[in-house]
Amino acid sequence: MNTHLNSFRTQPDDRGHFGQFGGRYVAETLMPLVLDLEREYRKAQADPAFQAEFDDLLEHYVGRPSPLYFAPRITEELGGAQVWFKRDELNHTGAHKINNCIGQILLAMRMGKTRIIAETGAGQHGVATATVCARFGLPCVIYMGAEDVKRQAPNVFRMKLLGAEVIPVTSGGATLKDAMNEGLRDWVANVHDTFYIIGTAAGPHPYPEMVRNFQSVIGKEARAQMLSRTGRLPDLLVACIGGGSNALGLFHPFLDDPSVKMLGVEAAGHGLDGDEHAASLLGGTPGVLHGNRTYLLQDEDGQITEGHSISAGLDYPGIGPEHAWLKESGRVDYTAVTDDEALEGFQLLCRSEGIIPALEPSHAIAAVAKVAPTMPKDSIVLMNLCGRGDKDIFTVAEKLGVEL
Amino acid sequence: MTDRLSATFSAPRPALVCFITAGDGDTAANLDALVEAGADVIELGMPFTDPMADGPAIQSANLRSLGAGTTTADVLRYATDFRARHPNVPLVLMGYANPMVRRGPEWFAEAAAAAGVDGVICVDIPPEEDDALGPALRAKGIAPIRLATPTTDAARLPQVLAGSEGFLYYVSVAGITGKQQAVQASIEEAVARLKQSTDLPIAVGFGVRTPGQAAAIAKVADGVVVGSALVEICGEYGAAAPTKLRELTSALAHAVHTARQEQPA
Repeated sequence: MNTHLNSFRTQPDDRGHFGQFGGRYVAETLMPLVLDLEREYRKAQADPAFQAEFDDLLEHYVGRPSPLYFAPRITEELGGAQVWFKRDELNHTGAHKINNCIGQILLAMRMGKTRIIAETGAGQHGVATATVCARFGLPCVIYMGAEDVKRQAPNVFRMKLLGAEVIPVTSGGATLKDAMNEGLRDWVANVHDTFYIIGTAAGPHPYPEMVRNFQSVIGKEARAQMLSRTGRLPDLLVACIGGGSNALGLFHPFLDDPSVKMLGVEAAGHGLDGDEHAASLLGGTPGVLHGNRTYLLQDEDGQITEGHSISAGLDYPGIGPEHAWLKESGRVDYTAVTDDEALEGFQLLCRSEGIIPALEPSHAIAAVAKVAPTMPKDSIVLMNLCGRGDKDIFTVAEKLGVEL
Repeated sequence: MTDRLSATFSAPRPALVCFITAGDGDTAANLDALVEAGADVIELGMPFTDPMADGPAIQSANLRSLGAGTTTADVLRYATDFRARHPNVPLVLMGYANPMVRRGPEWFAEAAAAAGVDGVICVDIPPEEDDALGPALRAKGIAPIRLATPTTDAARLPQVLAGSEGFLYYVSVAGITGKQQAVQASIEEAVARLKQSTDLPIAVGFGVRTPGQAAAIAKVADGVVVGSALVEICGEYGAAAPTKLRELTSALAHAVHTARQEQPA
């Protein structure tokens, strides 16, 4: 069990465990499918043609590599470390989610599946899934909490334009976790022809590993770009965390670079003191939900509590199991940022760099704004700008008291 | 403590297994109605906020129960009181992993044993994750009851059976609870297949609602599980549920218990 001390990049083990986290906590009906998925994924990983098709689509359809951008005015304003952004908001569909969707739909077709389902919170993963389904001509059903359908109307319309059927989920709190429950219920009833494209690095093994690997293109590119531009590695990586796929995508290729520190930023909502936040790592405890053991927001009886964040994409009461493990191992630091701080981060990036960020990475910007000033001017902070903010302008306008 | 289960399933007649969600209505009165009307095994659902394998009827029951403030301590109290009133009726807790492992699997196994529970069905702990709960249950003499499904193929079945105790629960449809009903022929074929691999009693559930369906299944299986139809009564009738539960359970019990006596048509 000590082999992992040589590397932080060898997880999970062959049962899908990241230390005590991860695993395959699913109903028996799904278990054979999850095993089958793992077998097929291993074959695809070993097949150069699969990787070549993935790379080709990322380059010509998604628009990769995404730029690595030095942000001069925000650097000057913060007065400390150089601030760099990995521009994954420039991807087709406007977020990092599409990287993973390309990988999973190629796998789905390889497995002969003819119907795609997905859950979505903010709608970014739903849009990305609907996009790849349109691109490959597969029918697509998106489960979305009824509350989120209301909060994210533009993305709902996008999904419909792309030909997806959007099913509002009214059970529970009618947000992302309930959409995921409904996705699992659909999958269990349609196991013969349906592929479930999970949007974050969570769920039963092999999803956390698979999603991380598809998203690792972010960190691989960023590492090479940074070395070629500056001749050195960054001192600190920063990324926001809901389920945690954009953060793992950036962090994973750097995990064995000891000089590179990492900071994951959770959503503190109205503050970690109360119940209205979505910080599973900082404000939660380990438990089992949606196929994996990880940190959860839950009460003393193990009932799951509703997360809250201004950002629908971070509003999930769990977190990818690899983050739970990275936290316990001490390799990655985690912090949390409130709704108000994220809103300030959002405005800071708009006015200083001419980039309208999504509310999710606005949390990471707020964390950068706190930490960069404390670092020497020759140090480098690299943040994953994982989504653009077009979808959020209505929420922001409301919070700022502006009538559109 | 699995003695009660083995005694029940060693009877010559098939068993009726009745499910309701703890804390949904007057649980003690509802359980008594089931037993008085002929239920052979009680399956008591532990409510959970995220019942991923359940259809609308049992989802609603979970939310009603939690909305009424049901805690794990309440569920254990219902079990303890049931055991005092019905010393010989097997009692199985069914639910999801998180509420069961929240205070540690040993805590749960100990508390369930003290409450007189005979078996535990945990939906989202497959054999691959048995360590999370199975050893603690076995150490306290509680049967970990596993599920087999239409997707459990021959290669996988031995792994499911290893460590299964009490009875094997055959989920007759690949889907969620309470939705569609399996084709009778597929159930017969599956039960015959399972019987070749295990001596455990086999109870069949998911989508079983009527005495007719229950009787057909009881011809081939050792037990028939009825859940959503009973849970819907709890939801619809509230305080008046015991009377309605008694009516349906009585009809189901008659159908199951006499299934093998009827002459072929």
